[in-house]
Amino acid sequence: MHDLLLLLFIFTLAAFLGFELIAKVPSQLHTPLMSGSNAISGITIVGAIVAILDNPVGSVAFLIGIGAMILAAVNVVGGYLVTDRMLGMFKKKDKPAPKA
Amino acid sequence: MEVIINLSYIAASILFIFGIKMLGKADTAKRGNLVSAWGMGLAIVVTCIHPAFADKILWIVLAFAIGGAIGAVAAKKVPMTGMPEMVALFNGVGGLSSVLVGWAEYVRLAKPYWDQARFNEQTDTALLPPLDLLPPLSGFTMAVIFLAVFIGAVTFTGSIYAWGKLSGKLGGAAKTFPAQKACNALLLAVTVLCGVLFPLMPEGEVGLLLLTGATLGALLLGIFGVMPIGGGDMPVVISLLNSLSGLAAAAAGFVIVNNVLIVAGCLVGCSGLILTVIMCKAMNRTLTNVLFSGFGSTQSSQQVEGEMKALSVEDAYYVLESARNVVFVPGYGMAVAQAQHVVKELAELLEENGAEVRFAIHPVAGRMPGHMNVLLAEADVPYEQLCEMDAVNPTMEMVDVAIVIGANDVVNPAAGEDPSSPIYGMPIINVHHARTVFALKRGKGAGFSGLVNTLFFRENTRMIYGDAKATIAGLVGQFKEK
Repeated sequence: MHDLLLLLFIFTLAAFLGFELIAKVPSQLHTPLMSGSNAISGITIVGAIVAILDNPVGSVAFLIGIGAMILAAVNVVGGYLVTDRMLGMFKKKDKPAPKA
Repeated sequence: MEVIINLSYIAASILFIFGIKMLGKADTAKRGNLVSAWGMGLAIVVTCIHPAFADKILWIVLAFAIGGAIGAVAAKKVPMTGMPEMVALFNGVGGLSSVLVGWAEYVRLAKPYWDQARFNEQTDTALLPPLDLLPPLSGFTMAVIFLAVFIGAVTFTGSIYAWGKLSGKLGGAAKTFPAQKACNALLLAVTVLCGVLFPLMPEGEVGLLLLTGATLGALLLGIFGVMPIGGGDMPVVISLLNSLSGLAAAAAGFVIVNNVLIVAGCLVGCSGLILTVIMCKAMNRTLTNVLFSGFGSTQSSQQVEGEMKALSVEDAYYVLESARNVVFVPGYGMAVAQAQHVVKELAELLEENGAEVRFAIHPVAGRMPGHMNVLLAEADVPYEQLCEMDAVNPTMEMVDVAIVIGANDVVNPAAGEDPSSPIYGMPIINVHHARTVFALKRGKGAGFSGLVNTLFFRENTRMIYGDAKATIAGLVGQFKEK
């Protein structure tokens, strides 16, 4: 019970923090913000690792964990790379960007 | 060891917080993404501090390599025009991953009960300790497993369906069928009922059936939830699904009692919600209205007067040649035609010709938040030229030519004039106040939302039919010749 209360406490504070973090985002950053935060939601990968480590090799839970790990890795690696690629395109006028 | 792991999780959370904050500002965004990637790396590495890690290192590295390779190739290969689909797909796999994390934990916890039951079947139970010697499964843990599975599954199929709509595989328009709302309500009721009963009797076959039912119900809900939403509302849907994938991760954090999942997931969930609200405001609609109204399947009752007047590329060139103030208004059609590069070329020629050139970007133009900005950035349009709707509208009377490239609803004057129109009240870019409007369109049909656009019938509007890319390239050619 004590644990649960602590988790809820953290969750509530994080929620308020999330609302406060991005107040005014210029519209040109909407896409990168979205795909960047999408990459962060790949934090589920930690849960996948725990499932792999906590279960004996070959057990059903272990195999589900492997599946979760593969999917989360797609989300994490792809999300960060695509965001970085996008942000690399936002250039000011005085610095001409190389043609993509 | 426990202390080191948890301190590292706190550090990772701080990196995520700074990362998201920096992503919100133009000059720090790229670094912000990197900072949050470091946070992710840290969280992954310390999670591997575990007695079983040495035996399973190969499994973990292999799984990560497979997923990472798929993600990396997709991220490198995707054209900027395909960005909305890509974001939707990544979102979907993240959601499904949360579903699996919930399931893995459930199977791990429930397995002793299944083994015990099977053992009892095979032997004389009178000689054995009865089942109730195993402590009952924690109701709370089961409830959050249901939540993680539910939110994750809705996110998964919702994102996949959105991906299908965005990539044109499923048709863009809103799909409605009779009694759809009743159907969805029933589906939701059954799913929630499974979710309520599941923590009460998680052990044994009943629990397995309930969680399976809840999973299937949630998967269907994701599909049926996105089905009635029209293409023009996709920016809202995409950002909402993004928010949900964060909440699914946070729920998975409650399942395995892990702070870093809760903090990171919750940050994403709430910042995604803010973005969703911004999108809704840009359409002057509530989130409920977007989600449940089956938008785009209705039609305005107003009759349109006037006719569409076509114009040739050559005549358009003469008008542009003498224009001193030009505004481009891009929409989804520019993305489809991949016209951003020629548009940039035309903009440069117009500037050389002495005109002032701007791009007016509607917050919900395209199929995801910020879609047009990404495309124009790819074509190297300097972002000083990109203006938000509120900055452009007051100056619209001074604009000689407004060139609408594949935008439709976001320039439809009916939004301001026709109370019976489904988009009534949505703030639009007032191109109809410009002296002349060129509307580039493929054919005479209605746009993505299926609405008739009264702009096309106005006195000062000229339609230039054909592929937007070919049309603009034709104009560029005219400028170069003369």
